[in-house]
Amino acid sequence: MKGGEAIIKSLMDQGVETVFGYPGGVLLPLYDVLYDSDLRHILVRHEQCAAHAADGFARASGKVGVCIGTSGPGATNLITGIATAYMDSSPVLAIAGQVATGLIGNDAFQEVDTIGITMPITKHNYQAMKAEEIPGMIRSAFYIASTGRNGPVVIDLPKNVQEEEFEYELAKDIELPGYKPTMKGHPLQVKKAAKMIMNSKKPVILAGGGIILSGASKELLKFANMIHAPVTTSLMGKGSIPEDDPLSLGMLGMHGRKTSNLIIDDCDCLISIGCRFSDRTTGSITEFAKNAKIVHIDVDPAEIGKNVDVDVPIVGDAKRILNDLINVVGKAKDENKNHSDWLKHVIDFKNTCMPRLSFDDIPLKPQQVIKELSEAIDQDTIVTTDVGQNQMWMAHYFTSRNPRKFISSGGLGTMGFGFPAAMGAKIAMPDNDVVAVCGDGGFLMVCQDLATVKEYDIPVVICVLDNRRLGMVSQWQKLFYNKRMSYTDLGQSPDFVKLAESFGISAERVEKPGEMYETVKKAIRSDEPYLIDVIIDPDEILPMVPAGCGLTEIVGEYKVERETPGEILYKPMGTNKGGE
Amino acid sequence: MDESKTHIISALVLHKPGVLQRVAGLFTRRGYNIENITVGTSEQENLARMTIIAKGDEKVLEQVTKQLNKLIDVIKVRDLDPEITVKRELCLIKVHTSTEKNRSEIIQYANIFRGRIIDVSPETLTIEITGSPEKIEALIDLVRTFGIKEVARTGPTAISRGNKTI
Ligand SMILES: Cc1ncc(C[n+]2csc(CCOP(=O)(O)OP(=O)(O)O)c2C)c(N)n1
Repeated sequence: MKGGEAIIKSLMDQGVETVFGYPGGVLLPLYDVLYDSDLRHILVRHEQCAAHAADGFARASGKVGVCIGTSGPGATNLITGIATAYMDSSPVLAIAGQVATGLIGNDAFQEVDTIGITMPITKHNYQAMKAEEIPGMIRSAFYIASTGRNGPVVIDLPKNVQEEEFEYELAKDIELPGYKPTMKGHPLQVKKAAKMIMNSKKPVILAGGGIILSGASKELLKFANMIHAPVTTSLMGKGSIPEDDPLSLGMLGMHGRKTSNLIIDDCDCLISIGCRFSDRTTGSITEFAKNAKIVHIDVDPAEIGKNVDVDVPIVGDAKRILNDLINVVGKAKDENKNHSDWLKHVIDFKNTCMPRLSFDDIPLKPQQVIKELSEAIDQDTIVTTDVGQNQMWMAHYFTSRNPRKFISSGGLGTMGFGFPAAMGAKIAMPDNDVVAVCGDGGFLMVCQDLATVKEYDIPVVICVLDNRRLGMVSQWQKLFYNKRMSYTDLGQSPDFVKLAESFGISAERVEKPGEMYETVKKAIRSDEPYLIDVIIDPDEILPMVPAGCGLTEIVGEYKVERETPGEILYKPMGTNKGGE
Repeated sequence: MDESKTHIISALVLHKPGVLQRVAGLFTRRGYNIENITVGTSEQENLARMTIIAKGDEKVLEQVTKQLNKLIDVIKVRDLDPEITVKRELCLIKVHTSTEKNRSEIIQYANIFRGRIIDVSPETLTIEITGSPEKIEALIDLVRTFGIKEVARTGPTAISRGNKTI
């Protein structure tokens, strides 16, 4: 068997059905094998989209997403996507072509040090120097990418290795003496945490992306109900708990819900699960949850104590540890785990500051657009976002009910992620509707892949929230840089409807209340790729916590649903005593 | 930064290309300073031992150790307790010798430090010395007056006393 065949065979042995890629000189041998193989290959129009699509595939399905790019510029075009997957712990395998082994190090045509470049943005990377290494390498790569804290793996694949003949042997057991992720939480730590939680008066759970990666949503809800703890999430944790559940407070952080930001300040016991306390989630770290003892559950020991000092760390898989906690706390006397007064206090407050979604303004308010979008789609619809205001509006106003249904680039904040990620998600989950919500700036970065969704008939709905601005940056300029709008005006081109149509994709412009609902319905019904150009109010901003400030120091007024206007004040419950 | 202490980290790693780059890259990327790093084979086939000398407070060190542990090619990491660790370095010093008197003086110093003369030329002497970094510093200081032409140091490598292993 040849090396190239071994790649395809090993991928298929791992259950891979579809890969996203773009060929080139050094990949000719591999692509020659692909030509008549059963492995489906989607030819994207830019390697960055291959990587984002693989990432979207992974986030939507929980399976490893695979992308391929040629040596040199192909590999460097994959980089943004790999780094995006790395920051959000997404299991992606990126296969990059490389010049023949004999040429490596000679600055050969299209040679780049892919291993060196991707070292800091991968969980691990491999260079295949012999064809016989391939089966074991692919097996290990899948294992590493999808266990412990998930993350991307790169395989650098020289041209001659793809051509080399060898005796294919079924990969032996994976030998990774330096890789043994801790899955089971330490029982003593679990007991300590349970005790701290039961001794607290005002517990709050912070759920991160780890809940989704570990598939622990049911356990999360069960545990939260057991101890009457409200649940807030990071951006990555959105969808880990149904956001219409009374216990859910919505997202925390720089663009978080007011309830979440104020309650975190009042709580006396914070139980963080699968969340890495990013600066966008915590605001000023010295102010963060300053009245609380902290329990930190994470599968990655290096996250413990990295950003926040914790009282009880538990390293392991979120689902297993939640089950352990449910067991321990479940056996305790009711009065010990009862925090229903606290929960009632929090819910009462939450109900005073539910965001207002209905607006009949023209140009459209993003709130109204998101409201109509929500009404037009069902619970199983996968929504992806791009980065910028569009992302934060979605995070803030969109009610996510299920895990893996809200997909967004959190850690790297990659503009251009939303649309290709939607493409990957649709390939992974063909029975679910998929909608990408993008800004005009971000969508334009990847719009060439309209050709891909057209050619392969991948029916995603793209909603461009069109404000003709780099909205998020202009918001900061408005708030913090004296309204000096330096290079954030995008002007009048392109016409997004015509753009889509030039690719043969149906498109429509939405300008008035009511139209979004109708158009989204129609787009989904069409079962074809569809673009909706939504003209929104360019001046709408979302209240925010300025970088480096505490979460309670919010700039701008939350628009909330209630009869009488005026500031909503939060009164802390009781006194702030420590947890133990 | 004042409380930053020097730590000796001993790591057992897979003996394959790129490992040094992974480890060194991790330090730079996370903003931790390496003062010194030595790598060589270990008692086990396929495994190399790295000795890293780094400065930082406890928190920084804990992060470094955890991040090192995350590298797939790193098998084990241990922060060696300086109290029960022997630390040795090899150093070669080429000293200028203008007169016969200087020459014998230098040889005497080398002897006192249990060093050896490993090369002689009409104008120079080369001393080989092993020991703790402090001891090596002391000898270098002593012979400096004669005119040092070249110094090559391996940097310290270390191992725990007694039957303790990592
Ligand atoms: C690749 C990339 N370049 C630059 C940025 C910095 N950035 C963050 S948000 C933003 C504006 C995005 O504008 P647009 O896509 O129109 O979305 P909006 O904020 O208007 O919803 C920019 C430039 C980024 N996040 N990613």
